[in-house]
Amino acid sequence: MAKPVEQLDSVVIRFAGDSGDGMQLTGGRFTSETALSGNDLATFPDFPAEIRAPAGSLPGVSGFQLHFADHDILTPGDQPDVLVAMNPAALKTNLGDLPKGGTLIVDTDAFTERNLKKAGYESNPIVDGSLDGYQVHAVQLTAMTVGALKEIEGVTAREAERAKNMFALGLMSWLYGRSTESTKQFISTKFAKRPEIAAANLKAFATGYAFGETSEAFAVQYEVKAAKLTPGRYRQITGNVALSWGLLAASKLSGLPLFLGAYPITPASSILEELAKHKAFGVRTFQAEDEISAVGAALGAAFGGSLGVTTSAGPGVVLKSETVGLAVTLELPLLIIDVQRAGPSTGMPTKPEQGDLLMVLFGRNSESPVPVIAAAGPGDCFYAAIEAVRVAVTYRTPVYLLSDAYLANGAEPWLVPDIASLQKIDVEFARATGEKFQPYQREPETLARPWAIPGTPGLEHRIGGLEKANITGNISYDPENHDLMTQLRAQKVAGVKVPDLEVDHQEGADVLVLSWGGTYGPVHAGVRRVRAAGGKASHAHLRWLNPFPANLGHVLKSYDRVLIPEMNMGQLLQLIRARYLVDAVGYNRVTGKPFKAGEIHDAVEAML
Amino acid sequence: MSTELKLTAKDFKSDQEVRWCPGCGDYAILAAVQSFMPELGLEHEKIVFISGIGCAARFPYYMKTYGMHSIHGRAPAIATGLAVSRPDLSVWVVSGDGDALSIGGNHLIHALRRNVNIKILMLNNQIYGLTKGQYSPTSEQGKVTGSTPMGSVDYPFNPLSLALGADATFVARALDTDKPGLTEVLRRAAKHTGAAFVEIFQNCNIYNDNAFDFVRDEKENRLYLKHGEAAGETGITHDETDLATAFALSRVTYDTHGVVPLGVFRDVQRDSYDELIAAQLANAKGDGDLQALVGAGDTWSIS
Repeated sequence: MAKPVEQLDSVVIRFAGDSGDGMQLTGGRFTSETALSGNDLATFPDFPAEIRAPAGSLPGVSGFQLHFADHDILTPGDQPDVLVAMNPAALKTNLGDLPKGGTLIVDTDAFTERNLKKAGYESNPIVDGSLDGYQVHAVQLTAMTVGALKEIEGVTAREAERAKNMFALGLMSWLYGRSTESTKQFISTKFAKRPEIAAANLKAFATGYAFGETSEAFAVQYEVKAAKLTPGRYRQITGNVALSWGLLAASKLSGLPLFLGAYPITPASSILEELAKHKAFGVRTFQAEDEISAVGAALGAAFGGSLGVTTSAGPGVVLKSETVGLAVTLELPLLIIDVQRAGPSTGMPTKPEQGDLLMVLFGRNSESPVPVIAAAGPGDCFYAAIEAVRVAVTYRTPVYLLSDAYLANGAEPWLVPDIASLQKIDVEFARATGEKFQPYQREPETLARPWAIPGTPGLEHRIGGLEKANITGNISYDPENHDLMTQLRAQKVAGVKVPDLEVDHQEGADVLVLSWGGTYGPVHAGVRRVRAAGGKASHAHLRWLNPFPANLGHVLKSYDRVLIPEMNMGQLLQLIRARYLVDAVGYNRVTGKPFKAGEIHDAVEAML
Repeated sequence: MSTELKLTAKDFKSDQEVRWCPGCGDYAILAAVQSFMPELGLEHEKIVFISGIGCAARFPYYMKTYGMHSIHGRAPAIATGLAVSRPDLSVWVVSGDGDALSIGGNHLIHALRRNVNIKILMLNNQIYGLTKGQYSPTSEQGKVTGSTPMGSVDYPFNPLSLALGADATFVARALDTDKPGLTEVLRRAAKHTGAAFVEIFQNCNIYNDNAFDFVRDEKENRLYLKHGEAAGETGITHDETDLATAFALSRVTYDTHGVVPLGVFRDVQRDSYDELIAAQLANAKGDGDLQALVGAGDTWSIS
């Protein structure tokens, strides 16, 4: 008999378990099912840097939070409505985020004395009353999974136990009325080479689904209707995939072959892996011996007329600085991608932060200007990559593109772009004119110097890190020339054309919230909450950090107060205060987690 | 192959004034390289010289080819990107003992092991010249310099042993003033597909004068290696294709045997890095349809 269906407008679910419990896979599959249901969604995978921390330990807990709704949403949710805890450690580390009255699904089989002890519990919270106030569903997840798989031949007890995440996924799929077809297909494809494992996972998934349907523990099923988004065809996408595809698009739009030099580093490695799959697009991926070689090879390829790109995270970007400085003085196009993570030093490799802004702007010797763009969301990584390449190629300059660990792994629905409608990137290599070639003769409008690639007859020339004479490019130690060249390099970058800043202005607002990079979602959600509560606040989000949009000064001066929330100690804040003499204030937190809409709301409220 | 273009050494001299110290061994090496270039049979524009930092690194400025004077130690990395993306070019790296073996040691060994199609000329003067005379990773132990007033305690690298240890497919040694010997080594290096490592003994007459007198001046100490023939009195029969033989010969020094082997130590054929990458690109599945890629997998429509 069908159970009653209750309508919800949005739900936040968090799956939490041991690193080896397959929580990222479970969350990813639930996300796919949810995307196909037409909900708007945002995800936050939150996992430790250790691949397999000791089983059952607190540091080994891996989580995946998913927010889905029947309307457009901007964040993975401040706190879960539903927490699925696969063991005591997962419960211990996540329960604090679950509001009283929230739904808690726990695998009772994992609450053994040993696991309880590892998590620091003196008694079993399921039975000692400490979970009173939550809607607890204590389910024998492991036992039911193992029991259901007994009849499948060739599956060991351990393999059967490992399928428990699929039981949990099946249960959740029932609870929220998700279509199960895509997951069934996924399991069959993933384990195609081991049919018995495929059968085991399919069975576990079906058993979990059936358990929801029949068990009296679950009285109602929930439904979240499809969201009204811009019409079109959608897919879900993570930031690093969007970024990789943006590079493929930029290669196509410019006609330049893509060369990626990279050294594996969290959370940027998946860009290297994604692009390595696409050799049919003419992509050359070079896994270098170190970060320095990765950027060096990209610069060498750019010298030869390729689209040279290097990807890394903060600790790797530091090592690339010298080569980026060389690219500044060589005035060759180069794209450096920094997927920011919490620091300093190794810091927290899987956690996001916005701490690298001042480094990419100023972290080179001497006067060494570089344009900087930051992606606003996972899907925006695609467009940010194209824009970054357009500037690099047009102005013959290295460009920094900033993403972060949250955008890299977070997923959202993405309107599939129409590639044919994307604007071409004009590239013109220099050709011999019969006159003596002048490697540093600039185009008047962009101040870009000629991109004269080896193999072009008549343009043989030598460039290098030593200061060059204006126009001829010959080595020069002339004092006035150095001053002139420094000015020219600065003017060129300052003159990069970037779109004006768009302001989501609210009539009567005298507070402006100014954000940048990966915090767009939570900051805008926070501003919406302020407005919903009757407050007045405007919001503007910067994508170009160097140069700033031409109208930024005017926008700032149109408001009495400016709040700049950043996941750092106030880096954009310093720049804004110094450049525009505006008494902006910061909201600064570096927890390694994305901002919550609630804390932004509170920070704005405090200024009203 | 060279005669059609009828280029001469003069055609490879750039218009830049050469600024090495008078008497520097680099002049002879530059002259030998410029004389050899026509033999490549390539137009100027197909040749690129890339260097790092140091006296030797000024080399590209003096060549009428494409060139890049980059940053300390990084020339093999930059050259790798160029060679892999532009297999139509002849890419040369000019480096010194500090540039190649100290700050750039990592890039050197990896370029060699990958067999990137670049020719690396390492001008070894056993000293840091441009920074005014500190000891280098090839200076002999006990070297008294500005940074080692009581003598250096470092044990030096043997550059050829290092290159062979990295499984370099072409390894050779020549002398700055020995134009015929140097030219022959350049010829063999240029013919080699893949990474070629050439150590050139180069006299720094300012900070380490006479370092190689035992083989520059005393010509009887030169042991020219010939494939298939006995290597002097060493008891070794030379075999360019045998790594162990090449390694054994790399250990023969003036100190141990009173002679200095010159010429080609190793020359073996192996697919070069750019060839292997190009083959993967050619064999890649798919048609490079970006619209198909972005629309593949699970999608849904909202109307």
